[in-house]
Amino acid sequence: MPEWFIPFLLSVVTASTPFVFAGIGELVVEKSGVLNLGVEGMMIVGAVSAFAVGVTTGSGALAVLTGAFAGAAMALIFGVLTLYLLSNQVATGLALTLFGLGLSALMGHGMVGKTFAGLPHLEFPLLEQIPVIGPLIGTLLLGHDVLVYFSVVLMIAVGWFLNKSRAGMVLRAVGENHNAAHSIGYPVNLVRLLAVLFGGAMAGLGGAYLSLVHTPLWVENMTAGRGWIALALVVFASWRPARVFVGAYLFGGLTIMQLHAQGLGIEIPPQVLAMAPYLATILVLVIISRDSALIRLNAPACLGKSFHATG
Amino acid sequence: MTAPRLELKGVTKRYPGVVANNNVDLTVMPGEIHALLGENGAGKSTLVKFIYGVQRADAGWMKWEGREVEIPNPKAARDLGIGMVFQHFSLFDAMTVEENIALGISAELAKGDLNSRIKEISASYGLLLDPDRYVHTLSVGERQRIEVVRCLLQSPKLLIMDEPTSVLTPQEVEELFKTLRRLSGEGVSILYISHKLQEIKELCHTATIMRMGEVVDDCDPAEETARSMAEMMMGKNLVSPERPEGIETGAPQLVVRNLDMESSDHHGVDLHGISFEVRSGEILGIAGIAGNGQTELMDVLSGEVLVDDDDSIIIGDKTVGGAGPVERRAAGMSFVPEERLGHGAVAEMTLWENAFLSGATRKDLLKSGFIQINKSSKYASEIVEQFKVKTPGVLNAANSLSGGNLQKFIFGREILQDPSVIVVLQPTWGVDAGSAAAIRQSLLDLAADGAAVLVISQDLEELFEVADRIAVICEGRLSKSWPPDEITVDEIGLLMAGIEVDPAGAAHDSEAGGHAA
Repeated sequence: MPEWFIPFLLSVVTASTPFVFAGIGELVVEKSGVLNLGVEGMMIVGAVSAFAVGVTTGSGALAVLTGAFAGAAMALIFGVLTLYLLSNQVATGLALTLFGLGLSALMGHGMVGKTFAGLPHLEFPLLEQIPVIGPLIGTLLLGHDVLVYFSVVLMIAVGWFLNKSRAGMVLRAVGENHNAAHSIGYPVNLVRLLAVLFGGAMAGLGGAYLSLVHTPLWVENMTAGRGWIALALVVFASWRPARVFVGAYLFGGLTIMQLHAQGLGIEIPPQVLAMAPYLATILVLVIISRDSALIRLNAPACLGKSFHATG
Repeated sequence: MTAPRLELKGVTKRYPGVVANNNVDLTVMPGEIHALLGENGAGKSTLVKFIYGVQRADAGWMKWEGREVEIPNPKAARDLGIGMVFQHFSLFDAMTVEENIALGISAELAKGDLNSRIKEISASYGLLLDPDRYVHTLSVGERQRIEVVRCLLQSPKLLIMDEPTSVLTPQEVEELFKTLRRLSGEGVSILYISHKLQEIKELCHTATIMRMGEVVDDCDPAEETARSMAEMMMGKNLVSPERPEGIETGAPQLVVRNLDMESSDHHGVDLHGISFEVRSGEILGIAGIAGNGQTELMDVLSGEVLVDDDDSIIIGDKTVGGAGPVERRAAGMSFVPEERLGHGAVAEMTLWENAFLSGATRKDLLKSGFIQINKSSKYASEIVEQFKVKTPGVLNAANSLSGGNLQKFIFGREILQDPSVIVVLQPTWGVDAGSAAAIRQSLLDLAADGAAVLVISQDLEELFEVADRIAVICEGRLSKSWPPDEITVDEIGLLMAGIEVDPAGAAHDSEAGGHAA
């Protein structure tokens, strides 16, 4: 095993985790029938807020919570505008991203150059002492920070919520046919607002992970398009949480390869690797669009449509 | 004397510019099947939405089993024992039957083994349903069963049914009526909304007739005729379409030969070897249950979907199988699709723009690439005037018109283009009785003027009223055609369900063509 291998895998995990958070959050939002293109903006505001609190208080837990809270606050703006004031979802989402990028640059002005100690890691000393496979298993599965484990729990919990719980069923119903859901008596816009807030919190968490763990410092514009990748990821995964998780690691691996490709002697221009997630998404879209049944079963039928109760 | 199950007094609901319900009183007794009768826009839907808690009224009160109640939302209505089957089903295509049912009942009821309870209810009432199927794979009749079973699971005391039979075969209607009569026998009250008068005569114990938001009369449907009820509903004498006498049919104008088409939609219906011809001066009716290839046939005939074999469709003497809609219009064909907004007309565009869109070719509304606005507006005004479309003017958007008015406009637009062939799908679906009669009359007049008319419809009364020959489409195959006096409604029903019959043998049956006039 080459000596770069384990660090490489480790960096894939840290690069992929933000995608898991933001992607699963957006998945829940889209399942409720709302398209929020502001993921990038919510992520970066989450990143800067978490970093600011982390640096000033030194508390990782407080920093992470602040990141999630900041993302949800951004999502609240989006939710009120699109759900209650019926503004266009696409335009509002784009505006949210632009707003978030500007706001975070302003907020992070005094924090450039500071660093954060990172989040606590979970250690399992006994397991790592198993000979031969111990170190590999140890690196792959153990010794990560708490948020990595949380991202796995999140994926399972959201999958269970959407498919097994009644509340999740209502959420899917609202995204599938909002008029029918309304006539049965479900509060369409309230369900959507809660989904949007959850999506914002998860995007904020993804952003916090970037500034606290991935590169524990603040750099303006540090999300660098990851929010867009998370959006593409949801479609790539055809709205299934487990596939979002797999896709996140695939795309995370690609971003790491993009950094190390030269060093590893791979002769692929980094631009091609940077394009890869989007190309893959287009490819998947083309494939699933060929079969209208697949689209009908997976894509929320009311995605991006405003709901206004008539009478 | 038992207390009424439901009593409404003075219910009033205003929308900006309209009074949807004005001082409406209604009393429904236990076990009673009560018809609520009225044209589109008479305020029936508004009233039941109030009863079911979907919307509030501005004034008036409601008593449930003698006690005054407020129903703030549908859940509260369900808790009281009110169930509702919507006209446009409140179902979720990408979810299973079981999930759909669970969504429509309370969380406590949905707990436990819902799957087997669904099977139990559906077996005991003869409403066959598989809880694990996805809704989008089901027929319209099966979808309605989901709604009915959903209500029955809650052991309702009042069942509201909004236009339940508009999508069913005569046999399915019979089955539904059996279920409803049995429920009524068990003491369940049923509020039955419909404008099909024959059905109301057959099923209902009382009828309340609404017009322009007010109750105009109560009657016993058994003692009224369909005609007298229609007149109460419209507030004027009903003019039945008249078939002009002594029309000579001429040469075939539309010929379809061995038309095959594979549907691009996974759940669409493939067309197999469809052959028919329509002569000038003749109206051919095609009956069938929704989802048996009608939409596909319409798409192929209008040129929205092209076929490889150019000879399989002929308009006049032109082969057009591979020609698009514009070429077909140029060849003399007009079409009126089923969906008025979004297919027949662009919802947000004005009437004159909509008139231009389909009339550009045959009415010469385009000059070197520029729209002739004046000419188009004049054309639209002509339509509004000749076809009595109620609208302030042709600058109004298509979606500002009521269903019946817009349909009259679309018909006018197509008819004024002087087509030699016209193909219409569900011409009077969801259209009030007055407009429906006007639309049917215009089809008869068009045929009298020498056009070949093809009417694809689920409404058998309509087909018997206008068609010279009736054929049935089932699973993408078209039957032979028979004149209306050589085939009965029941035989057509069997053909619609895919059962072979031999109407020739029944041609002398005195019941032939037994439909409401």
